[in-house]
Amino acid sequence: MIGRSRTAVAIAAAISLGAAAVAYAQPQSGIVRPSSEPAAPSVALGAELYAGNCASCHGIAGSGINSPRHGAGDILGAGPSLRNVGAISPDFYLRTGLMPLSSIHDQPGNDRVLFTPKEVRSLVDYVASLGKGPGIPRADPAAGSLSEGLSLFTRDCAGCHQVVARGGFVTGARVPPLQGINPTQIAEAVRVGPYLMPRFSGKQISDAQLNSIIKYVLWTRHPDNRGGWGIGNVGPIPEGLVAWWIGGPLLLIACLAVGRRLRRRPYEAEEAEQ
Amino acid sequence: MRPWRWIVALITLLFGRLLRRRAADDRQEPGPPERGAEIVVVVLLAIAALWAIGFIVVYAEFSPEQLPNELLGICLAMALAFVAAALVVIGKRLVPEDELEDDYPADEHPDEQKEILEIVHDSGSRITRKRLLVGAGAAAGGALGLAALTPALSLGPLLDTGPLDHAPWRRGVRLVDEQGRPIRAADLEHETFYTAFAEGADPENIGSPLVLLRLDPSKLRLPAGRQGWAPEGIVAYSKICTHAGCAIALYRKPTFPVLEPHDALVCPCHYSTFDPFTGGTVIYGPAGRPLPQLPLEIDSSGVLRAAGNFSQRVGPAWWNVRRPPTSA
Repeated sequence: MIGRSRTAVAIAAAISLGAAAVAYAQPQSGIVRPSSEPAAPSVALGAELYAGNCASCHGIAGSGINSPRHGAGDILGAGPSLRNVGAISPDFYLRTGLMPLSSIHDQPGNDRVLFTPKEVRSLVDYVASLGKGPGIPRADPAAGSLSEGLSLFTRDCAGCHQVVARGGFVTGARVPPLQGINPTQIAEAVRVGPYLMPRFSGKQISDAQLNSIIKYVLWTRHPDNRGGWGIGNVGPIPEGLVAWWIGGPLLLIACLAVGRRLRRRPYEAEEAEQ
Repeated sequence: MRPWRWIVALITLLFGRLLRRRAADDRQEPGPPERGAEIVVVVLLAIAALWAIGFIVVYAEFSPEQLPNELLGICLAMALAFVAAALVVIGKRLVPEDELEDDYPADEHPDEQKEILEIVHDSGSRITRKRLLVGAGAAAGGALGLAALTPALSLGPLLDTGPLDHAPWRRGVRLVDEQGRPIRAADLEHETFYTAFAEGADPENIGSPLVLLRLDPSKLRLPAGRQGWAPEGIVAYSKICTHAGCAIALYRKPTFPVLEPHDALVCPCHYSTFDPFTGGTVIYGPAGRPLPQLPLEIDSSGVLRAAGNFSQRVGPAWWNVRRPPTSA
């Protein structure tokens, strides 16, 4: 019964999404696609995808919507302008799955990437064509210095992202861990400053320093756990908990040892001898 | 079901063994006196007292800026360890050995209770030099108590707390980065944050580090009396959180302020959150007072300089912390 209703849903989804969705074998995602996509990425395809999936929040041709309003399909939309953001922002937000949002009140999170690589490429080209802006940075972690990376990461990043990049919280938002993104995306995030993150320009963190930071972030994926046991590298709370689990029983054993008598002959035996 | 039974069985076995006592309904002889053990106890307590006094000496001797936490910790730990060792010796060697059955409810058998009290009383003690032992115990306990109270002296006039009130800032001191390079106002950008220090000061001094932001001047709402503290919208606050003294290492900068939480400086330790537009006022978290703000000016070569000292004293709260700091 369940199998049959699933098939029905799948058929309905296939019909509603059109032939393109079937061709890509995409899960149902709410992404609106042109009925037939060209084989190669293009600005024109990007414009179509933008109109269908982005414009309700970012406005027509990236003009931005500054106060929430109901647009096409009664979707509540508001979002920053995308003029002059260059290729770097769309490349970062789309390839990490931070965009599109399902609701404007959501924090962008590392969800599934809903567009195909060809579609991402088209959208990036389209958004970049809306104005002047920075291109996609080139990351070269091999050229960086691990120790410089640690020092810079500690100064500018670890406050939020935690010193081994496991993420955390800032008041009002989650801070993502940096374990699952690639060097280019790390470089993009530093230069873009997504969501609540500050933006670090080349003046503040040079490209060479950025390579060091990326090298350090990559290193945190396999840190050198001197204690032998990383406990997830998530910081002092689990480590303290484990310390208590080990230290508590040790203290208990010490208490028992202190409380136990020295071995002696029972007093009655001594008395009997006398 | 099975595992639970195993756990219950294990607990019963463990506690059953611990609680099993020999029935003893006769008065007990104290056993032979052990002068050696007594001397050991006295010596252990004396050493404990010395360590506790060591704590007090260390606290008083070092200036508050370079108080060696390790040394304080070692002194306290050693004092407690020697007290513990003395208690162990007392427990093992000096307390009469035989135990009394404790298998009675407190109020139901007053006669038996009385009897046991009599037995304890009549059983006598193995300790011969009670006053010496009590004295040693009092010395160790007293010294430890004093050690625990010593830090309170920092509140009063006895110890020199001047360095805590000093900040290295006065009019004209240049702001420098970690490498000691002067910071030019033109190099500061929007939507990011910078760490700065007082030129020529020890960067470890809690009065030195600053967090620097360039904000939109039209959105600044600084408290009265701080006109001109933020040239071109550049504000400087102490990087030391006013709650527990951690470094303010988080700058929350919304990409799209319409929907996202607004700008804030956040301390990563306990999430005290400060509003940089309104003079560092607390908008969330345990901090009890705003971040101290440093007035700034831009000199003729475009370098940022302090235009005075902080608005308040730096660091976690204590007496008189709202008074302006003194310049070193």
